[in-house]
Amino acid sequence: MDFDFSNEDRMVQEQVRRYLQDQCQLNRHRSVLDGNETQALDVWQGLAAMGVQGTAISEDYGGVSAGYLPLCLAAKEIGAVLAPIPFSSSIYLAAEAISLFGSTAQKERFLTKLASGEIIATLALVEDHLEPSPSLLQTQFKNGVLTGSKMIVPHGMIANIAIVVASGDSGPQLVIADLTQVQRTPVQSVDPTLAAASLHFNKNSAAALGVAGKGWGQLQQLLHRAAVLFAFEQLGGAEQALNMAVAYAKERFAFGRPIGSFQALKHMMADMYVALKLAESNAYYAAWALENNAPDLNLAAATARVSATQAFQLCARDNIQIHGGMGFTWEFDCHLYYRRSNYLTLALGGLTVWENKLIEALPQAVA
Amino acid sequence: MDFSDTQAEATFRKEVRAWIDEHAPQHLAESLAGSGFGSTQTGEFDPLEEAKKWQKIKADNGWACLQWPREYGGRGATPIESVIWNQEEGIYGRLSGTFIIGQGMCAPTMMAYASEEHKRRYLPKLASGEDVWCQLFSEPHGGSDLAGLRTKAEKEGDQWRINGQKIWTSGAQYSDYGILITRSDPDVAKHRGLTMFFLDMRSPGIDIRPIKQANGDSGFNEVYFENVLIPDHQRLGPVGDGWKVALTTLMNERLAIGGGIATGFPEIKELVDNLTIASGPAIDDPGVRSKLADWYAKSAGLKNTGARAISALSKGEVPGPENSIGKLVAGTMMQDIAKYALDLQGLAGLVTDPEIALSQAKIQAMLMRSPAVRIEGGTDQILRNIISERVLGLPEDMRADKGLPFNQIPSASSKGS
Repeated sequence: MDFDFSNEDRMVQEQVRRYLQDQCQLNRHRSVLDGNETQALDVWQGLAAMGVQGTAISEDYGGVSAGYLPLCLAAKEIGAVLAPIPFSSSIYLAAEAISLFGSTAQKERFLTKLASGEIIATLALVEDHLEPSPSLLQTQFKNGVLTGSKMIVPHGMIANIAIVVASGDSGPQLVIADLTQVQRTPVQSVDPTLAAASLHFNKNSAAALGVAGKGWGQLQQLLHRAAVLFAFEQLGGAEQALNMAVAYAKERFAFGRPIGSFQALKHMMADMYVALKLAESNAYYAAWALENNAPDLNLAAATARVSATQAFQLCARDNIQIHGGMGFTWEFDCHLYYRRSNYLTLALGGLTVWENKLIEALPQAVA
Repeated sequence: MDFSDTQAEATFRKEVRAWIDEHAPQHLAESLAGSGFGSTQTGEFDPLEEAKKWQKIKADNGWACLQWPREYGGRGATPIESVIWNQEEGIYGRLSGTFIIGQGMCAPTMMAYASEEHKRRYLPKLASGEDVWCQLFSEPHGGSDLAGLRTKAEKEGDQWRINGQKIWTSGAQYSDYGILITRSDPDVAKHRGLTMFFLDMRSPGIDIRPIKQANGDSGFNEVYFENVLIPDHQRLGPVGDGWKVALTTLMNERLAIGGGIATGFPEIKELVDNLTIASGPAIDDPGVRSKLADWYAKSAGLKNTGARAISALSKGEVPGPENSIGKLVAGTMMQDIAKYALDLQGLAGLVTDPEIALSQAKIQAMLMRSPAVRIEGGTDQILRNIISERVLGLPEDMRADKGLPFNQIPSASSKGS
């Protein structure tokens, strides 16, 4: 038994941290937020040159074959600086889907380019305001072409390819679509740094990914695995939001004393710390379960996801509260974490959805 | 990172399991399994006697206080081996409640501050359960503000004369020894005038009175000291250094109380798995599912946090104040769970007769005991202070008694004068 990451994993984390501190301070996030650039594509390329995108991708397809543990720690660093890059969509979702379900040819064609940073990819799932379900899918995949619309696709404005969840001849079906000829419209969202788009497929050619008719089960498997990596991004963000709150409470004076000496505020930050600590421990266990394909992976992933969502939401929200009025200005960075916490919460379905997945994965008592 | 047993750990687990299968008091298994929170059920058998018997068998075979050095009655085992033992001991571990304070808090304090002669004399009998120890810290005037305690210690030759009163002392009524913190100098600042001792609980001048608690039980006591004499060689640490010694005890208290802590999750899970409410099976209700998921995530978080602490311990790191989160999370959670579980049952939830109530009335016992979890061993509020000051590094609250000699600190009785 050893419940910690290895020194090798920590070294990868340290490299990513240093690189992002150098190249991806929050001014890059702001630059994207203010519309000066769609994404920090040089950072995307820089990470690719370090091999970060390829961490869990097989060496056979241009990756590093280092597994999920170092990728989890890289995700935490990316989450801490709110890096405005299409990492989660491309790597935790699209690359993972292709690794899991792709043919050798598909892996050779797409994984190599994802690992090298040459292409950007995403998952196109959501069509309307209802929670996605197989019976509600409108997007059709028939005779090798896609027809239909996806309402909000993170990084859809810049992605080269998308994993599209569609309705096929024998039920739900994952497909890989080249987006070059697909009509895209920008979508405004709570987190404007996502380059989000609506995608409109009009008989665009696409290729089946995985087994026909098994698409929904495959999607669930994908979402559970991605949930672990998203949880680490959430942890990174939560920890940073707490750090901001603590730093501000130490330097801001009111009533002749630092506001961090008031118990009302201290106790708020203690609760943020507790939520973060619980989430971190659950994420550690889920990382191990992901790396080892443990039998309880779905439970571990849903647990990590619920805790990480709670932690980032609490820390981002109360970080604003501790900053007082200044926390509600555009100038202060609090709202950046608040916005991102909401994206990461909803990216794979909201808290209620994951609470349900957790209960579904809990062993049932013998009645 | 590896959550599975190594080969050596698997071998050790096998050895533990075989020994427990052969020696455990299986006649108590059913009663122990049905124990509610805050009580150990041993059916027709006497709980203290059975606890002592099991502890002695373990000690005689080298399975008591696994991590202690052999010369003090332990096994010299690693933290991971100790975890494996606890996992395998399972429900029989519930018999050890009597010894937690002695073995988990008094013993680490003795190991850090007692003389070698005392350690060899007292610790083996503490390990084997022949001696039960208690911790005499809280006072009517010193709970959260522990350093405000007033029990007086006056030096007379080579002994000390003790006068005063302690309260909330668990198990004092059947304890053989205790560790005691006293005020030896009221003329200096409150944290500086304290001195720690250990003493024989049968010393003349000690009067023990059980407290009837809000839940009707009497686990705690008041302990009065009237001219009790303690030899100076039973002092732990230097005169005036009692606060530092107490911190050793308290850090271990948070580990002892916080490790593998009860949260109420298994109880609520069992209840909703078998309960039907107006909308159908309780487990299918969206509200129930949401609450249950939240509580599962918290209890898993505590378990995994504990696992990380053990991992850190086994690498030689010292457990820090971050371990304060266990009791903080579990106390409120248990109270919330009990309240919700009763709410699902309506008025029937009030029934405490184990023959009629669901889950043998374990939930109702939790409801009535859980308020104490949020107070004993550091209130929720003190724990949040510890986390914010010692983990997050936030500044101390302003203290009205800062730097004042103890005998000049304002109190309720001095307010009107």
